Amino acid sequence: MTRARRLLAIAAGAAVVAALVFVPLSLGRYGLYILSLWSVMSIAAIGLNLTLGYAGQVSLAQGAFVGIGAYAAAIMTVDGLPLSLAVATAVALCFVVGWLLGYPALRVQHHYLAFVTLAFSTLAFLVFRNEEWLTNGVYGISGVPRPKVFGLSTTQPLPFYYLCLFTLGVVTLAFWRLVRSPWGRAFMALRENPMRALSLGVDTRRYTLMAFAIGSALGGLAGALYAPLAEFVDPTSFTLSLSLNLLMMVIVGGSGYFFGPYLGAMTAVLLPEWLRFAQGYYLIVYAVVVMALLTYSPTGILGILDRYLRDRSAKAASALRAAAGAGLPDETAS
Amino acid sequence: MTRVLEVANLRKRFGGIAAVDGVSFHVDEGEILGIIGPNGCGKSTTFNCILGQLAPTEGEVRLDGKVVTGMRPSRLNRLGVSRTFQLLQVFPQLSVRENLILAGQEHKGTMLSRLFGPPDAGLGAAADQMIGFFKLSHLADLPAGGLSYGQQKLLDAAMAFMAGPRLVLLDEPAGGVNPTMLADLKERLRAINREQGATFVVIEHNMEFVMSLCARVVVMAEGKVLAEGPPDKVRSDPTVIEAYLGH
Amino acid sequence: MSSLFDLVISGLATGAIYALVAIGFTLLWQTSQTINFAQGEFVMLPAFLMLAVVRAGAPFWLAIIVGALLSIAILGIAFKKLLVDPMLRHGVLPLAIATMALSVAMKESVKQFFSAEAQPFPSIAPSGSVSILGSPVSLQSLGVFAFGLAAVIGLNLFLERTSSGRQMQAAAQNPTVARIVGVPVERMIMLTFVINAALVALASLLVTPIYLAKFSSGETLGQAAFIAAIVGGFNQVRGAIIGGLAIGVLDNLAAAYVSTQYRAAVPLALLIVIILFRPEGLVGRSEERTV
Repeated sequence: MTRARRLLAIAAGAAVVAALVFVPLSLGRYGLYILSLWSVMSIAAIGLNLTLGYAGQVSLAQGAFVGIGAYAAAIMTVDGLPLSLAVATAVALCFVVGWLLGYPALRVQHHYLAFVTLAFSTLAFLVFRNEEWLTNGVYGISGVPRPKVFGLSTTQPLPFYYLCLFTLGVVTLAFWRLVRSPWGRAFMALRENPMRALSLGVDTRRYTLMAFAIGSALGGLAGALYAPLAEFVDPTSFTLSLSLNLLMMVIVGGSGYFFGPYLGAMTAVLLPEWLRFAQGYYLIVYAVVVMALLTYSPTGILGILDRYLRDRSAKAASALRAAAGAGLPDETAS
Repeated sequence: MTRVLEVANLRKRFGGIAAVDGVSFHVDEGEILGIIGPNGCGKSTTFNCILGQLAPTEGEVRLDGKVVTGMRPSRLNRLGVSRTFQLLQVFPQLSVRENLILAGQEHKGTMLSRLFGPPDAGLGAAADQMIGFFKLSHLADLPAGGLSYGQQKLLDAAMAFMAGPRLVLLDEPAGGVNPTMLADLKERLRAINREQGATFVVIEHNMEFVMSLCARVVVMAEGKVLAEGPPDKVRSDPTVIEAYLGH
Repeated sequence: MSSLFDLVISGLATGAIYALVAIGFTLLWQTSQTINFAQGEFVMLPAFLMLAVVRAGAPFWLAIIVGALLSIAILGIAFKKLLVDPMLRHGVLPLAIATMALSVAMKESVKQFFSAEAQPFPSIAPSGSVSILGSPVSLQSLGVFAFGLAAVIGLNLFLERTSSGRQMQAAAQNPTVARIVGVPVERMIMLTFVINAALVALASLLVTPIYLAKFSSGETLGQAAFIAAIVGGFNQVRGAIIGGLAIGVLDNLAAAYVSTQYRAAVPLALLIVIILFRPEGLVGRSEERTV
């Protein structure tokens, strides 16, 4: 990336962060709720992007993990335990469950994980609905309290939004670190050429399992924030539909791209609010758009953008190669 | 002299057909062994059986005396066996340097240490060295998919050496490479054999490449070993000549 | 409390329906690497198409015919040409995800354009019950089982005894060789899609009277079909039949003897057990290790 490009990217990033921090100051209760929901869904989508976009596995259980996180947080905080503990529990629990689910499924064939997660999704819903002693069944758990952060109350929409935004920021940094690490490289190898990866000693099964477990843990984290956001959890929020919506978000944004989930969550959470009049039809249109995108550009909006930028810089690259090849005994043509 | 690789009575049957029918040979430390033979003689199948890509029907494969028959490729790799592929297999979207780091990273530390350690797994310098050695410095940060075919072949070979392997199996490294590049590749392989003491096995069609690179050659035909020995002796062996002319 | 016999018979009846759906699902996978996650919605739709025709004023028997033809056109031909063909070059996974999006689109469309409420649907099997071996058995169950069985046998005969059927099997098992031998592989693949559409239309006709027509009924049906296909053995039509019948009976017995609340968990548990201990399914063959 050239110097100018890099500076431009940093400036754009700073502008976005500034907007996310300052614009909400002038938003009302509802606008803040939607933005908070966007940040929570982004976290879940980031997790699914790791599983799908980086490790190439389809998980139809992300919604269930959000549900597990939400119920864990609701049950614990209503009982007076701090949200931080609930978040830690949710993350750990979802990681372990993800590992246990993925272990047998990935041992077999890769597309089996989709079916196992589909089955698990239904199972989770059944538990949420039936185990009244724990989850209050169809009545749900209401009055989920908002936490106190360093003594400051987040009962009001604005402070709670900042909590969500902060968490999203932490997740972003952690994910960035992960992608740049040897693990991230291994994940990309899994996606691009699993056979070669194997021959280089990459334990593809273990890395795939890790990606799925971490992705599920992020779903749990999102759920643990969702509970105090909505202040109410019930089984109908965490059905297969949520999993499918999250999947579509990741696809539309661009699966395998770092910023895909944020974009995808925006299209799935923010846009329908602005297009309120089309509410009933929105999901239909969205699903059709997903199908069209998959046909023409399986890598989503960011994929289309990337391809455009790459075509432009491809000319620059071949010029670079030609110039470099001038003084060395290399071939100049493929 | 230690025998790095020993193959004994290897057989691989597909249904009723024996693609590999009782193949035995060995490779000494620091040797460059060539395996040649007409199309369909079972060279690639033998390779795949050694590497764990296929499970042999019968026979034994030993690495440094230890039995490794049918072991999974990832485990074999950790024991120090690496390979190149006939059909290019680099990671197109990763840069050249990233490809090399990836090739070596699984041998550094544990999975957990790799998560919390430096982003390049401590292999940045080694990768740069390898890039310099294979004369790819000007391409180090470009995505591997953008390299020319010959350059990708060099990268492929470089990747096989990143982990400092005990044994490298090269599957048709000369395929599709033009003569100038070929001379380069041969020279680099000889250099790395000298300097790292790496042991190679090379499957090739290109007779000239094999004869000038390898100290010892195994000739296969119809799943069996036909002849074995230094290139000159093998080249003038009448059974070998017939096998090649007969096809 | 139904007799055990009736439970088994009605279990076989729903099982036969699951088998029909699972067979179509397996055939699509075998011939064109299509994992159709919308298969459940494919079963949901034909009933609504038929209801729409009835609402337009036609008699039921006509609605069945028109509905079936529409199903074949939409779920067979249009599905293949508009979604599967353009997507296949991208690989198995994007196509699978596209069918997931399709399931959402179909479900929401029916909910928006028809109704969110469950609709009653007339049955083609007679009502009432009959006494077999001293226990009461519903004629509905027997009728459904008979129809389902007839369809499965008919399909099997087609596949084994007719030249088109054998060509289809060849195209499914080894398209490259089939092409060399002169089998019109592309046409056979289209035929598979058409057969799948016919199977789901029949399944729709048989199952909707029992569970009512609702936009969301595709979820449970689809899941049952996937589980049936995998439990039976994903690569074989025989597996789909065995799996379907097994799931149908198991589901019924679970509802009666285990809690009704967790009846759906039993097939799911079976799926996990099979994947853990016998991933090739009950009648499948284990595949040779490739890597």
